[in-house]
Amino acid sequence: MSIFQYDFMVRALIGALVTGATAPALGTYLVQRRLALIGDGIGHIALTGVGLGLLTSTSPVLAAVLVSAAGAIAVELVRERGRTSGDIALALLFYGGISGGVFLVGLSSDRTNANLMAYLFGSPLTTSEQDLAVMAVLGAVVLAVTLLLRPWLFAICHDEEYARVSGLPVRALNLLLAVTTAVTVTVAMRAVGLLLVSALMVVPVATAQQVTRGFRATMAVAMAIGLLAAAGGIWAAGTYDTAPGATIVLVAIGSFLVVALGLAAWRTATRARTRRQPATGQPSTGEPPDVVLTRW
Amino acid sequence: MTVRNEGGPVIEAERLVVSYGERPVLHDVDLTVRPAEVVAILGANGSGKSTLVRAVLGLVPLVLGRVRLFGTPLRRFTGWQRVGYVPQRLGAGSGVPATVRELVSSGRLSRRGFLRPPRAADRRAVDAALAAVGLADRAGDPVGTLSGGQQQRTLIARALAGEPELLVLDEPTAGVDAASQEAFAGALRDFVAVGGTVVLVAHELGVLQPLVTRAVVVHQGRIVHDGAVPRPAGHHADPDHDHVHPHAPEEARRWP
Repeated sequence: MSIFQYDFMVRALIGALVTGATAPALGTYLVQRRLALIGDGIGHIALTGVGLGLLTSTSPVLAAVLVSAAGAIAVELVRERGRTSGDIALALLFYGGISGGVFLVGLSSDRTNANLMAYLFGSPLTTSEQDLAVMAVLGAVVLAVTLLLRPWLFAICHDEEYARVSGLPVRALNLLLAVTTAVTVTVAMRAVGLLLVSALMVVPVATAQQVTRGFRATMAVAMAIGLLAAAGGIWAAGTYDTAPGATIVLVAIGSFLVVALGLAAWRTATRARTRRQPATGQPSTGEPPDVVLTRW
Repeated sequence: MTVRNEGGPVIEAERLVVSYGERPVLHDVDLTVRPAEVVAILGANGSGKSTLVRAVLGLVPLVLGRVRLFGTPLRRFTGWQRVGYVPQRLGAGSGVPATVRELVSSGRLSRRGFLRPPRAADRRAVDAALAAVGLADRAGDPVGTLSGGQQQRTLIARALAGEPELLVLDEPTAGVDAASQEAFAGALRDFVAVGGTVVLVAHELGVLQPLVTRAVVVHQGRIVHDGAVPRPAGHHADPDHDHVHPHAPEEARRWP
């Protein structure tokens, strides 16, 4: 682990760990709501913020937070309407966001392709101390919302109508979740980049729910997987000199495949064992198997 | 139970008109429900019976008419902890597993202050609700692995966890196996025994029939009968009549 004797590697690691914890925590709610790819769209919108920040020589991170929060609120309002034409509205927002970003970065004095690539695919090795401080503050906000408000956010994501009849402030909670999604995207921008943010929101959750039984457990395991992927990705990128953001995401996807294959092998093994001893079958629930709904 | 507007109606709906887009679903419907009544809203698929209760709860917008819950106009009503709602079925299904206990606990949020951690009383209420529907031993299981009937019981437990005074159930027994129907009827009997008010939407009453004190029949968006439970007629009265309620998500979306 000698690569971590360099300060920039340590900063890269810390930044990636903040991302690895926050993105899956927020992503659990998005996956629960079947909006797994919304983080990708918000990432597209955030690029316009980055462009604005670079063009006006202010903080690209701050501008990205503001623009992506506005975009996330717009997305939430489209979702609330629930119209099929919402798809078109989302396409306009997302592609408007990314092309606006590329356009504005091109206008700015800092118009190198490397700069654009850093925001799109991450550049954790260039994380400054100031970047880290911003990420830590924003990451703390994301964790506070996703962990402290879990019962309420679970309720609105699981069954919005029921939440409304429970008297919960559904709209306020939805908007809070939207803004928190935007903040998470900005936190993750440095480590994995705007185009790969969604992977860290979704893949660890998808990995976790293969083995978990409950919501809380899924969130905890997803965060653990996110942290492992972040640390493993930074280590591998530093050791083998690969692109760090992409390496983190590949480690996450690799862990998904390992769990999926391991689970399949385990199931095959148990099935073979029960076939040998047919007496110990499934405990009867007294109901026909055809009423069992699909596993989510 | 906190009792405001003591003895006054639990639900007062006057001249409700609801339409989905251009298509009218309820025409000028009145419904009053008094405390401790067990009212069955009956009707064929598409009659508007589900829409009626959903309008009463504010889940579908009214074109005309007004609704009062516990004496308060719906717009200003804040006492949602007094209402327990049991939807037709678990939403479209969620992408992340949730245990039975996690789902039932969300029914307690109406009584739990915002950001307040659960107290012993909250846990006891959730335990009691799980026991009432006979699912205490499945508390740690993912809801998705339960049968349709058990999932329905989970939704009833969720409503009971909030210790409501009024239970509103949308087709609670549709497509539910016999064991779950019995467990469900038992839970409802206990709720009625302590003075609870029930409004249930049903296609047929089955085991719930003895509990029902009044039947309201909705036909093509109007109330055509309000009073005693009508006797089953025609092929429905046939003892061999086999009720089949296939889950039809397409239809459910058109008639939410």
